Amino acid sequence: MDLLTELTILILGAFVGFEVISKIPNTLHTPLMSATNAIHGIVLLGGILLIGEVSGFVNKLILVIAIAFGTINVVGGFLVTDRMLEMFKARGRPQEAEEK
Amino acid sequence: MTRLAAVDFDVIRSLYIVAFALFILGLRLVTHPRTARRGNLIAAIGMAVALVATLLIDTVGDYGLIALGIAVGTAVGIPAARNVKMTAMPQMVALFNGVGGGAVALISWADYRHALAGGGNPPLETLIPILFAAIIGSVSFWGSNIAFGKLQEVIPGRPIQLPGQRFINIGLLALAVGCAVAIAAGTESQPLFILILVSAAVLGNMFVLPIGGADMPVVISLLNAFTGLSAAAAGIALDNVALIVGGIIVGASGSILTNLMAEAMNRSIGNIFAGGFGGVTITAGDREEAKPVRSTDPSDVAIQLAYARKVVVAPGYGMAVAQAQHTVKELAAELEKRGIEVDYAIHPVAGRMPGHMNVLLAEADVPYDSLKEMDEINPEFPQTDVALVIGANDVTNPAAREQSDSPIYGMPILDVDKAGAVVVLKRSMNTGFAGIDNPLFYKDNTALLFGDAKDSVQKVLKEVEEL
Repeated sequence: MDLLTELTILILGAFVGFEVISKIPNTLHTPLMSATNAIHGIVLLGGILLIGEVSGFVNKLILVIAIAFGTINVVGGFLVTDRMLEMFKARGRPQEAEEK
Repeated sequence: MTRLAAVDFDVIRSLYIVAFALFILGLRLVTHPRTARRGNLIAAIGMAVALVATLLIDTVGDYGLIALGIAVGTAVGIPAARNVKMTAMPQMVALFNGVGGGAVALISWADYRHALAGGGNPPLETLIPILFAAIIGSVSFWGSNIAFGKLQEVIPGRPIQLPGQRFINIGLLALAVGCAVAIAAGTESQPLFILILVSAAVLGNMFVLPIGGADMPVVISLLNAFTGLSAAAAGIALDNVALIVGGIIVGASGSILTNLMAEAMNRSIGNIFAGGFGGVTITAGDREEAKPVRSTDPSDVAIQLAYARKVVVAPGYGMAVAQAQHTVKELAAELEKRGIEVDYAIHPVAGRMPGHMNVLLAEADVPYDSLKEMDEINPEFPQTDVALVIGANDVTNPAAREQSDSPIYGMPILDVDKAGAVVVLKRSMNTGFAGIDNPLFYKDNTALLFGDAKDSVQKVLKEVEEL
């Protein structure tokens, strides 16, 4: 892909990022940060793309560590976000359920 | 490529498009409480789609090592995410962010080594993103680790500052950028590249060390945006559109969040990173002795609460460390049973990260709609009989309104001092994490209840029950 196409995608992606997040309630700041945090673990794909191409023990080692790091970022990030969001409940619901 | 590569690249790109759509839809849903959990799941599915698509690319090989890396990462990531206490969430997010940045830095390093082995520097359109990813990734990795250390209290939370810190930082940045320019200008040298990584690493350390705890939410958020940007740069270097889109969405949304945080404190981002709340706080010690505070005991507090009509709870980091959220919820339930109106006042930066208090109280089953944001609750304080401040300090500090020489002057605060009575639950007379004295403690309508927050709330609850 040529550089200008990539830059086009980059700029449009930035605007999407801005738009998606606007008007977020404070309540969700932590989970949102945590979810976006998990998404940048996508860099894991970079390690996957490179590891078959490089040669030499050092390069392979660097990339295995990078893939492991990226995986921790993705798996941990989504899981921790899910744990947080699991606890968010609307007013009334849990108490009503208990009373019935 | 041989016929082995059965999957057409267009298929892969189509799968990437599906993945982006899922990311954007997922994040969109995370911005609403009702749909947030589903949104997170959808984004995770998007990630799985992108991962599978990448594994299908015909130039990808060495599946054994890929599996090894993923297995190790999963084995570390799942238990860490499962077992972390809700109160330790900020550290965990900082740590996950750090490893992401570390992955970017490592990938850029391997990419550069690969290019050198293949005959020399890559073309500039690949080289510049590699250098950018190396610097930002390394800063983000080390900065996040320091943030983790501070939040975990492995490293003192107070600002640590060296003389001439700002010049050291500028020097380190200049060194990293200078080496990058030298490489971009044609020097082919791995030692120079390593010097970039190292100077950026030291910069990451130096950059977060002087920042006080009150500013941590902003720092984590900014580092999150940094990692996103560096991932996008790595995507340009590797010609991979999934990395570009995933990275830039985080870069952009993270910047917005950072800005929201900084705005909530009425400080510019530059101001925060220029040295934070450091050195200006020497006066705190003298004031403590000069002014008397009124301390109270659990039974008095119980009486005050039981005969109030409206109580507002303002929680802070002290509630988090003491794990007091469940006990606080029980106390609130007991008061509500007596017909007393109980609300929670949530400052946008209470605790150690944006929304920290919301997460804790949600864990304790407090419905999210009884948590009132600052703008909503502040006009209600004059009609509030008792404001119960649980382990919050800087976010209730009237100095932000009254003392123009205070380092936090101008930061919007919870106006708890306007309530009929203020009860502050505090461990000791120490200043807050930001190290700033709080005139709230010396006001006539303020009483202090010393002790561990959970313990104190428990005692108060018992007294209320006996009334």
